[in-house]
Amino acid sequence: MKFGVVVFPGTWSDRDCGWVIDQVLGVQLQYLWHKDADLKGCDCIILPGGFAYGDYLRTGAIARFAPVMEKVGEFADRGGLVWGICNGFQILCEAGLLPGVLTRNASLEFRCEWTNLVVERNDLAYTSKCSEREVIRVPISHGEGSYFADPATLSRLEQNGQVVFRYCDPNGNVVASSNPNGSMHNIAGIVNKRGNVLGMMPHPERCSEPELGGSDGLKLFRSVTESAMRVLAS
Amino acid sequence: MIARVVVTPKPLVNDPQGITVKQGLATLGFREVSDVRIGKYIEVRLDAANEHEARQRVEAMCRQLLANHVIEDFHFEIESEAASKR
Repeated sequence: MKFGVVVFPGTWSDRDCGWVIDQVLGVQLQYLWHKDADLKGCDCIILPGGFAYGDYLRTGAIARFAPVMEKVGEFADRGGLVWGICNGFQILCEAGLLPGVLTRNASLEFRCEWTNLVVERNDLAYTSKCSEREVIRVPISHGEGSYFADPATLSRLEQNGQVVFRYCDPNGNVVASSNPNGSMHNIAGIVNKRGNVLGMMPHPERCSEPELGGSDGLKLFRSVTESAMRVLAS
Repeated sequence: MIARVVVTPKPLVNDPQGITVKQGLATLGFREVSDVRIGKYIEVRLDAANEHEARQRVEAMCRQLLANHVIEDFHFEIESEAASKR
């Protein structure tokens, strides 16, 4: 099992993801440079947080042209696991691998705080270690994380069960007061229809050790590892 | 030629920047303001045989990169360099 962590100019969460993979989980880690045209046999590709290419024009708009992204797109088409976190989610939307777009937070503020997320699906490679409708605590750190999609796309997402994480209160109630950025339907993370491409604004890599105030994020990394191992064994 | 592209948030899209600026204008006494929407202005200098061709190319640029069709509308004007120098 090997995780690939993509590094664009301006990426800043690559080492945090790498630390969790390498030091906490103890599985194989491969950094992938944005100019790489080869995914080097990785089983799950992470597009980490940051400000790829300075977020010029729009968040994620330029990163989608990186040579590595062509390979990531092909990998996703083949059913490979592609996991966009924060800026990675924004890139996946701009690249058309996920529907919708992340816009400026309703508050206009950069929000760096803990959030509660209700896990709406635990049948995915990313969430298999979570229990049904489990509430996990994961921090956010973004200025443009307000999820927007047109009404038709939004209802399709809901009908298909593509919403994976929603901002909620500590008891799992999805309420307006627990929405940190104005996302439609309190959406914090979505998956493509096939279930292999996940985008989420919160940062699981920043809460994967108790020393950091919580380790709920590790459940997602463990889920992916276990799922990938199962695929490799089959 | 020069294309002057204006990208604006779609009517359905919440524009918190616009709302905040509207509030600022009201604070300054501009109470007649009912709405403010904030977009982007992009100048593109390009070579094209004629205005028709330039128009087609810029339209494609807007669709593929300059605007995100999910949240933004765009419009543009084409000016020949000679006209812009006058």
